[in-house]
Amino acid sequence: MRAPASDLPLVLTNASVMRRDVAILDSITLTIAPGPPTILIGPNGSGKTTLLRVAMGLIPLSSGSISWGGRENASSERRAITFQRPAMLRRSASANLRYALGAARVPRVQRHKRAAELLTMVGLDALASRPARRLSGGEQQRLALARALARDPAVLFLDEPTASLDPYATKAIEDIVQAVSARGVKIVMSTHDLGQARRLAGDVVMLHRGRLVENTPSPEFFLTPRTEEARKFVVGELLV
Amino acid sequence: MLTRRFLMVAAAAGTVIAAAASAAAQEEKSIVVSSTTSTQDSGLFGHILPLFKQKTGIDVKVVAQGTGQALDTGRRGDADVVFVHAKSAEEKFIAEGEGVKRYPVMYNDFVLIGPKSDPAGIKGMSDVAKALQTIKEKQAPFISRGDRSGTHIAELALWNKDAGIDIEKDKGPWYKSIGQGMGAALNTAAASNAYVLSDRGTWLSFKNKGDLQILVEGDKRLFNQYGVMLVNPAKHPNVKKDLGRQFIDWLVSPEGQKAIADYKINGEQLFYSNANDTSA
Amino acid sequence: MAGEESALQLVLTADPALWAIVRLSLLVSLTAVLLAAAIGVPAGAFLALTRFRGREATIVILNALMGLPPVVVGLAIFLLLSRSGPLGSWGLLFTPQAMVIAQTVLVAPIIAALTRQIIEDLWVEYRDELAAMNVGALWRVTTLIWDARFSLVTVLLAGFGRAAAEVGAIIVVGGNIEGFTRTMTTAIALETSKGDLPLAIGLGVVLMSIVVLINALAWGMRRAGERYAG
Repeated sequence: MRAPASDLPLVLTNASVMRRDVAILDSITLTIAPGPPTILIGPNGSGKTTLLRVAMGLIPLSSGSISWGGRENASSERRAITFQRPAMLRRSASANLRYALGAARVPRVQRHKRAAELLTMVGLDALASRPARRLSGGEQQRLALARALARDPAVLFLDEPTASLDPYATKAIEDIVQAVSARGVKIVMSTHDLGQARRLAGDVVMLHRGRLVENTPSPEFFLTPRTEEARKFVVGELLV
Repeated sequence: MLTRRFLMVAAAAGTVIAAAASAAAQEEKSIVVSSTTSTQDSGLFGHILPLFKQKTGIDVKVVAQGTGQALDTGRRGDADVVFVHAKSAEEKFIAEGEGVKRYPVMYNDFVLIGPKSDPAGIKGMSDVAKALQTIKEKQAPFISRGDRSGTHIAELALWNKDAGIDIEKDKGPWYKSIGQGMGAALNTAAASNAYVLSDRGTWLSFKNKGDLQILVEGDKRLFNQYGVMLVNPAKHPNVKKDLGRQFIDWLVSPEGQKAIADYKINGEQLFYSNANDTSA
Repeated sequence: MAGEESALQLVLTADPALWAIVRLSLLVSLTAVLLAAAIGVPAGAFLALTRFRGREATIVILNALMGLPPVVVGLAIFLLLSRSGPLGSWGLLFTPQAMVIAQTVLVAPIIAALTRQIIEDLWVEYRDELAAMNVGALWRVTTLIWDARFSLVTVLLAGFGRAAAEVGAIIVVGGNIEGFTRTMTTAIALETSKGDLPLAIGLGVVLMSIVVLINALAWGMRRAGERYAG
C-alpha cells in the first residue's frame, strides 16, 4: 500500500546550498503546489539542476529548510527525477523498467505487465528487448521518463529532458509530459528553451546566480516580466 | 542475481570440501619421506615405491629437495622419514635428537663430468684429488651445486679434505656456485662446456647431455652412502611412526635391498645395497 | 624429437598419469580463483563504494599486492603451514589444499584491485540513478556487481591466468609429490631440471592450449552476453 501522505506542497524557506564558499543556491524561498507544470528557467550555472536535486531530496541544504507536504524528513517514494544525461542500466529497456519497479517495491508478478504498459505510454514498446544503451538519445530520455513514472510519483522533476534532442524527439517528450500532467502528476521541469517554457508552463520560476529572480504564472511572465533580469532574458539578451 | 552468486560460492566451497575429503581419505595410509632431488631424478623411487605399496598398501609421498633442506624438513616435523646421502649431516641429525636411528641402505658413486674437449686434460685420471687440482690450476670452468645438498657437501669435502684446496677462499670466476639441484647443474654445465661433479644415477637418466661425458670415475673417495632415519616421534607427535618403521624395515630387508639392486638404467645398475655393512 | 613425440602420444592416448597432472592443475587453479573471487569481489566492491580514513592508502597497497612474487607467497604459506609453524596442526603442508591456499592468497589482491576499479567506474555512472530510485546500500552493491559481470569475468580470467602460470608458490607448499601435488607447471620445472627439455616443452604446449581454450570459451560467453546487455 502506498503512503497516503502527499509530498506537496513542497516548501523551501531561505534554502541555500554552499560549495566551497560559493552559494550555488542563495536563500531560495519557494512553494511548489499541485497544478500545472512549474518550469524552471535561467542561464547556465544559475542553479536549476541543484534546485531540482534539492527538491528531490538528493542534496542536503547548507542552511534554510525544506518540507514535503509539511514533513521535513519525507521519504522520496512519491517523488521521481530524470537527469539531463540519463544513465542506462546495462540491460534491456524492459529490464530497466522492471528494475525501477522493483526499487519502487512493486510486487514481482506485476512488474512485466506494468513495464509493458509504461513502454507503451512512452512509445517504446517495439524496443522492449533492445539493450538500453543502444537506444538513441531521444529514446533513452523517454525510457528515463518511463523509469521515473514507474514510481507512480506525485511530483516529477525533469532536468532539461530535451536539451540535446531533435524537434521530433522533443515533441514526443513534451506530449508525454503534458499527458502525465493532465493525469494529476505535478511536473517541475527545467529548460533552456523559452519556447518550450511558453508551451508547457503553468508557473515560471527564474533563477540567476543561485537566487530566485521571479516566480510568476506563465503568460504574465513572458508578457510583463517584473524584474530587469527576466526582461533581458525573455528578449534573448545574455545575462552575466 | 544473488542466488547466482551464492551458487558460485557454494560450488567453490563444495570443491574444496571434496578435495579435502579425498585427501583425508588418502592420509589414512601414507607417509611423507623427505629425500633428495638426485635420488628422485635417478628414477629409483618410481621403481621401488610401487613394490612397497603393493606389499603394504602404504602410499609413500616423496618430497624431493636438497639434502640440507630435506633434513630441515625433518627437523620441522613436516616429514615422517628422512632418506638422504650425507653421513656426517645425518649423524648430526641423530645427535640433535631429531631422528631415532640411522640405517645404511645403499650406495652409489659420484662421477666427474666434463666436456669432450677436456680443456683441463683430466680424462681417465684415477685420482680425483689430482683432477680437481688440475682444474683449479688451469682455471677450467666448474659448476658447483652450492645448495647444501649431499652432492654439494661431498664436492666440498673433495676440494677441502682430499685436494687440500680451501675452495671458499681460493675460488675464482671459473668456479660457479648456482644454488640449485643436480639437473640444473648439469644443464648449466652442458650449456657452458664446464666440469661438474654428479651422482651416477642422475647422470645416467639425464637427457640433455650435450657434449658432456664422464671423465673421472672409480676413485674410492667418490663413494656416496645413503642412510634412512625415522623422524623422532617424541619431538613431533604427528610423525606416523608405525608406517614409517614399516618403510625403513622394508628398505633394509632382503626384499627391499633386492629391489634397489635390481633398478637399472640401460642395463646399468645404479645403486648397490649395503644395509648389512655396519661401517657404512 | 623423441620427447615431443612421446609427449604428443601421451596427450593423444590420454595417458592417465598426464591427465591426472592436468586435472590437478585445473582443480587447484580454478578452486583458488573461485575462493579468491569470493573474497576479492566483495572486498573490491566495498572499497569502491565506501569512504573511510586510509582508503587511498589501502588502494595503493592493494594495487601493489597485485605484484606479489609467487615464491614469496609460497615461502610465507610454507612457514605458516609447516608442522613447526602456527598452523601446523592442520597438517596441510605438501597437500593440494596448501596449493589452493597459496594461489588464493596470490590471486585475491588482483581480483580485489581490479574489481574496485571496475565497480568504482560503474558507480560513477549509476550513482545518480540509483540514488533517485532510492535503492538501498546492499542492493546497490549487487546491482553494480551484476551489471559489471562481464568485466568481472575478465578479471577472474586474469586471476586464473596468474594462478595457472605460476610455479614458485605451489612447488614450495606442495612439494611436487608425484601423483599427489604435481601440476603442469611443477612437472615442467622437474622435467627441465632432469634435462628432458622436449618433454617439458610438450607439457608447456598442453598447458598453454588449455589456458587458451578457457580464454576462448570465456570470450565467447562475454560476446554472447554483451549482445544481450549492450
